[in-house]
Amino acid sequence: MKENNKNSRRKFLDKGLKLGIATTIGAIGLSKISGKLSAKNKNSNGEKMELMTTDGKLIQVDSSEVIEVTHHHEDDKKYNVREGMPNRKFVMVIDLAKCKNALKCVSACNKHHYITGENAWLKVHKMQESKDTAPYWMPRTCMHCDQPACVTVCPVDATFKRRDGLVLIDNERCIGCRFCMAACPYSIRVFNWSEPAQGDMSEITMHMDMENENPSIEYAGVPSRKGTPDKCDFCPHMIKNNELPHCVTACPNGVFYFGDKYEDTVTNGEETLRLSKLLEDKAGYRLMEELGTAPSVYYLPPVDRLVDFEDGLENYKEYESVEKPEES
Amino acid sequence: MKNYDALLNDLVPKKFGRRGNIWVIFLVIVIIIGLIAYIDQIIKGQIVTNMRDYALWGIYISNFVFFVATSFVGSVTVAILRLTNNQWRTPLVRIAEIITLASIVMAGLTIMIDMGRPDRLLNLFLYARLQSPITWDVIIIPTTIALSFLLLYFPLLPDLAILKKHYEKVKPKLSKWYGKLSFNWNGSKAQKAIQEKSIRIIAVLIIPVSIILQTIDAWLFSTTYRIGWDSTNMGAYFISGAFVAGLGALVTMVYIIRRVRGLENYITDYHFDKLGKFLGLACLTYLYFNINEYLIPIFTAPVEEDIHLNSLVFGEWAPLFWFAQIVGLLLPLIILLFKNGRKPFPMFIVGLMVVLGSWWKRYIIVIPTLLHPFLPIEGVPESWHHYFPSIHEWLITFATLAMALLIITLLVRFLPVIPIQRTADEKQLKRISKNTES
Repeated sequence: MKENNKNSRRKFLDKGLKLGIATTIGAIGLSKISGKLSAKNKNSNGEKMELMTTDGKLIQVDSSEVIEVTHHHEDDKKYNVREGMPNRKFVMVIDLAKCKNALKCVSACNKHHYITGENAWLKVHKMQESKDTAPYWMPRTCMHCDQPACVTVCPVDATFKRRDGLVLIDNERCIGCRFCMAACPYSIRVFNWSEPAQGDMSEITMHMDMENENPSIEYAGVPSRKGTPDKCDFCPHMIKNNELPHCVTACPNGVFYFGDKYEDTVTNGEETLRLSKLLEDKAGYRLMEELGTAPSVYYLPPVDRLVDFEDGLENYKEYESVEKPEES
Repeated sequence: MKNYDALLNDLVPKKFGRRGNIWVIFLVIVIIIGLIAYIDQIIKGQIVTNMRDYALWGIYISNFVFFVATSFVGSVTVAILRLTNNQWRTPLVRIAEIITLASIVMAGLTIMIDMGRPDRLLNLFLYARLQSPITWDVIIIPTTIALSFLLLYFPLLPDLAILKKHYEKVKPKLSKWYGKLSFNWNGSKAQKAIQEKSIRIIAVLIIPVSIILQTIDAWLFSTTYRIGWDSTNMGAYFISGAFVAGLGALVTMVYIIRRVRGLENYITDYHFDKLGKFLGLACLTYLYFNINEYLIPIFTAPVEEDIHLNSLVFGEWAPLFWFAQIVGLLLPLIILLFKNGRKPFPMFIVGLMVVLGSWWKRYIIVIPTLLHPFLPIEGVPESWHHYFPSIHEWLITFATLAMALLIITLLVRFLPVIPIQRTADEKQLKRISKNTES
């Protein structure tokens, strides 16, 4: 008998609860619908407005129906280092036909990022696919992939992908596990194995640069921090001021083109070209496309070269990428 | 009753002899030297290691993988043998549990040594991202530590109560400690039921947990685009490798503990024979996955992978590769096929070979791949093209190994390495059944 009682009470509670939930949901739904229904005929004062649709047709609408669109322009324009610049997608095109290993890109990059370690962010590889194919010089920056393997594996969101396409590093958060370096198929990341020897100079310059701003990860990797990785950052500090990255401006041969994919233009400082046409005309490709990393850097194949491959050999140093200051 | 006293006398923890003291002092010295090296590494940065931008992981990671692998032994011997009702496990389980606990704790410590910024350890929790295999590790390693601790602790309760009683008059202080740790175990039916049930739940839980642990460990590598890591074989390959490494460590430890503690009557040739067959099975499984990993890619390997495989089999890495394959796998397998090979002493040698081979095998898995990137290694000093651990790395690694051994040594010193209660129960059961038979 007791058991029975308990059971029936349980059932009652259960049913009551379900009924309650159903009623609440129903009530909310009803009030919403009725709200909508009543709104339609509420303030109809008969005034009509003429409007143009997006495809150019003129239409008439009751003026009570017109609601002003609230623009979130202010939010969009506000620059957030982790979000990047709104409505931009930065890309780079590297024309292998023009590169003759002048290495000016490398030294400019090293100088402006205060790279003093052994491993530069930007490198020029001596490439030859096989014995029977022609050798060529291949500058290699960070690919700023749209599916970045490094970002996927980062355990603390220290390396991140911005909406404008840049992949950057927050070296104040990084724990130094180097998983990103292992994950990168292009091996572009370098690590600060010891206290970076940038000296007080870089810190001072940094503070001068940022006098009016808060120090931010916009200066990703600058100054470098011990126990964290660095990599090519597409020079966000330059882009922000509508200037080109250092490697682009430093190159005497106009190898690097930089631009915005949405605007479909790229420039090497001398000529400005339509990106899609350039890639189509010159058979642009991306490095290791088959991996699916979707890089933001495009290469133009080394055809119709103006210079001999051998000319670059005198600059070729297998074991050195950062020029050491003369020891006195 | 006299029988029981003799058993108790054999199995209760014994004080270190002179050899034991020297051993502990030796371990402590190695640990202190390693600690000094580690402090130096923190001050100067990982520049003191020989890891560089290409060989970006080194001996710390391979040693970590080794510890993770040996921790597998607990779940294999204890859980699987328990669930399959293999009675011969009784004198071996506690040693296996101790090895598991020591290895997994050390695995957790070793991975931190590899961090460039250990001061930011908390970021792993503050900014954790679930898609990173490292976060999976952060979750699974503490889980395994907790479970393997419980797996060691719950079966210990009756023994701790026995020890409390045993030391009551001789060493009241020690007895008190055992008493506290035994949670007032009195062997009542209710207590036994709870204990039995808890152990069963943990034994079932630890199997998936350790399989997940080994697999995540493999995924640390196979989630990258690297040649030699980017393989679907990795998870199973690591599990079977852990099976071998863990059993190898167990065989070695069992032999040493048996000799030092004079437990020849409890751990007999019969147990070694069984263990040998078990290890043989593990070796066969591992051999299968090794064939999958190294032999089959020959047919379809793209150029880069071909270069990688060639350097392993014939090139720069060949000596280590073949050492790991022959000494760590093939020779033990052949020895274990013979009945005489499964006698205690040959088994000890086999265990040593397996452990050594397994350690270097992890090295062979981690480092050569890093030195075979897709794009050529250029614009870095000559020495960055190669990797061999620096003195700092060796000292720190030896310290981690010493720390694992110290944990094992201390647990063996203060805990009964062979379950007293269970052994007594089983022996009595046998006597009763014999009586009824005759």
